[in-house]
Amino acid sequence: MDFELSEDQEALAEGVAALCEGRFDIDTVRAMGETGLDPGRWRELANTGVFSLCVPESEGGVGLGWAEAVVVFEQLGRFIVPGPLVANTLAAGRLDGAASGTVVVGAIERRDGPVLVEHLSWIDVLVISDADGLWSVGAGELRGAPAAQPLDPLTPVSRVESLPQGARIGGAADAARWRLRGALLTSALQLGIAIGATDLAVSYAKEREQFGRPIGAFQAVKHRCADMITRVEVLRAAVYAAGVTVDGFGVDAPERAVSVAKLLASHAAAACGKDCVQVHGGMGYTWEIDAHLYLKRAWVLDHAFGDGDEHAEELAAGLVQ
Amino acid sequence: MDLRYTEQEGHFRDELRAWLGDVLPNVPPVPSDHTDLKARRAYDTDWQRLLYEAGYAGIHWPAEFGGRGSTPTEHLIFLEETERAGAPYVGVNFVGQLHAGPTLIAEANDEQRAAHLAPILRGEHVWCQGFSEPGSGSDLASLSTRAIDDGEDYVVTGQKIWTSFAQVADYCELIVRTDPDAPKHRGITWLIMPMDLPGIEIRPIDTALGSGEFAEMFLDEVRIPKANRVGAENDGWRVTMVTFAFERGTAFISEIISSQRLLADLAQVARKVTRRSGTAWDDMGIRRELGRLDAELDALWSLTKRNVSQAQRTGMVGPGGSVFKLAYSDVRTRMADLAERVLSRAGLAIGETLDLSELDHVGQRIYTLTLTIAAGTSEIQRNIVGERLLGLPKDR
Repeated sequence: MDFELSEDQEALAEGVAALCEGRFDIDTVRAMGETGLDPGRWRELANTGVFSLCVPESEGGVGLGWAEAVVVFEQLGRFIVPGPLVANTLAAGRLDGAASGTVVVGAIERRDGPVLVEHLSWIDVLVISDADGLWSVGAGELRGAPAAQPLDPLTPVSRVESLPQGARIGGAADAARWRLRGALLTSALQLGIAIGATDLAVSYAKEREQFGRPIGAFQAVKHRCADMITRVEVLRAAVYAAGVTVDGFGVDAPERAVSVAKLLASHAAAACGKDCVQVHGGMGYTWEIDAHLYLKRAWVLDHAFGDGDEHAEELAAGLVQ
Repeated sequence: MDLRYTEQEGHFRDELRAWLGDVLPNVPPVPSDHTDLKARRAYDTDWQRLLYEAGYAGIHWPAEFGGRGSTPTEHLIFLEETERAGAPYVGVNFVGQLHAGPTLIAEANDEQRAAHLAPILRGEHVWCQGFSEPGSGSDLASLSTRAIDDGEDYVVTGQKIWTSFAQVADYCELIVRTDPDAPKHRGITWLIMPMDLPGIEIRPIDTALGSGEFAEMFLDEVRIPKANRVGAENDGWRVTMVTFAFERGTAFISEIISSQRLLADLAQVARKVTRRSGTAWDDMGIRRELGRLDAELDALWSLTKRNVSQAQRTGMVGPGGSVFKLAYSDVRTRMADLAERVLSRAGLAIGETLDLSELDHVGQRIYTLTLTIAAGTSEIQRNIVGERLLGLPKDR
């Protein structure tokens, strides 16, 4: 057993962080909320191998494991990189153009009645998953009305009156894998969100002075920050364990490991986002400070690939089997 | 990253399981009277002797000092398997095995090591810890128990508290003030105190659980030979802290495994507890809290493996131990709250659950109160995490 990142994994994380710092700095990211997804930058992610990371080399992919994908998605979360990152990655190798980033793919779980579809105005294809399989629909076929004020300014949503059946692109087993891997990668994004929010709060607590000293010297603030990093480290262990387990290098069932990760990710990311706002005081409630962007992304991601309550129910059922 | 165990680790686990399967059927049940400390000592030291004879004593101690010299991962496997098999706990041997012994290994001279290490491993010497004082809890370095230099001896006077199992201990790891004029961290000395010296008075302290292992200790001009000093005079704070370097992330492994068993049992209890309509299990809020706590315990088990892996690579864990303790004590606190909700009126007595469970959920609920206090309160842990891990400024 060795549950530390390998040197290659650490280098991968550093590489993605460097890419994000250079190409997805916060001003660029914020601008996408106004002007939409930047196709050039989306293809840069593709060219770095973000989407094709787990596609076998024989099929033109990078041929790495899901643990490596977790390491990459953690960094994407840290930089609040917008766009349907998870769907595009899941679709690579299944839908032409997904791996290369020339086709932007979104995802939604099927449900009846009107739905809010994420990223509809940014994507080319929507993949709908249900118990029977995976189904694709051209984004143009969906007459969606973009919401004027999405919860997360960097995650546009459109109201669609009802989801069509779509063209079958995978069976029930594919859909189950889609959901498992989708929940895994989403939990890695949430880990990154929690880390980003914690870093932002801690650096503010060191700089901001009141009563003649940095506010981070006060235990009320210091302890809140300690709780943030505690959530992060517990979550990190769960998310890494889930990645390793999905790759077959674990000791538990992958479904269980992923439910653990996704459930804790939902709570930790939102809690760290809220704490980040609180540490910033009045500034935390302003559009200018990034705290709300972390929190809002955390809220959005909770509802992707099973929310916290859903995974909690699955884990509870496992306790009495 | 690989969570699978190596062939060698698997072999270690198989051997240990086979041994536990052989010996545990012949180990008597834990003495039922928790206040009979002599019986507890006899029971715990008998188990220690069994471990010693089988080569499992001092699993994490270096081989040159009589230990097994196992890797941190083997240590993890040892604690996991003994807990799963329901083997006795380290009990009265806790301080000797996990604190005083490792400190002696790191800091004592050859004579002191020869006199003390083997008897700890064989279960012959029981140690207690003379650190905290009524006026020095979280601020341990402010301790005021005085040691006066008197030729061959130190003459020690003062009061220690939370000296668990002092009533049945042979030795005490004692920290005393040898220089009252130096800054508080620089006037402390670490001593080996035999518990049969004149001038030591022990008074038991009853715990909120009603158990009797707590004690306070009054020292009235106790003459401790200078030969019993470990490390240099006034260097005792460093000697005390050095033990933390032995922390391999393994401290709570038994607790995690037993917590998982407790939670699984609580889920079964929930299915049996009837309410006005249905059972406690039919309550969605209770089910989801069970699921969430299960997730958190699982994540803490993973965090343990990360800390152990880090120890295996670097030899230390660092502030990751404080993060773990904070999270673990919080999970257990919420487990206790959930047990209270699930058991409802069936939880109105310790050791009586109206046949709903064989586990003592009510006693555990009370015991849980110690987790946010003992070995550094959660408030102190948050200071450590905030200052050492996050680099936030001190408020002093």
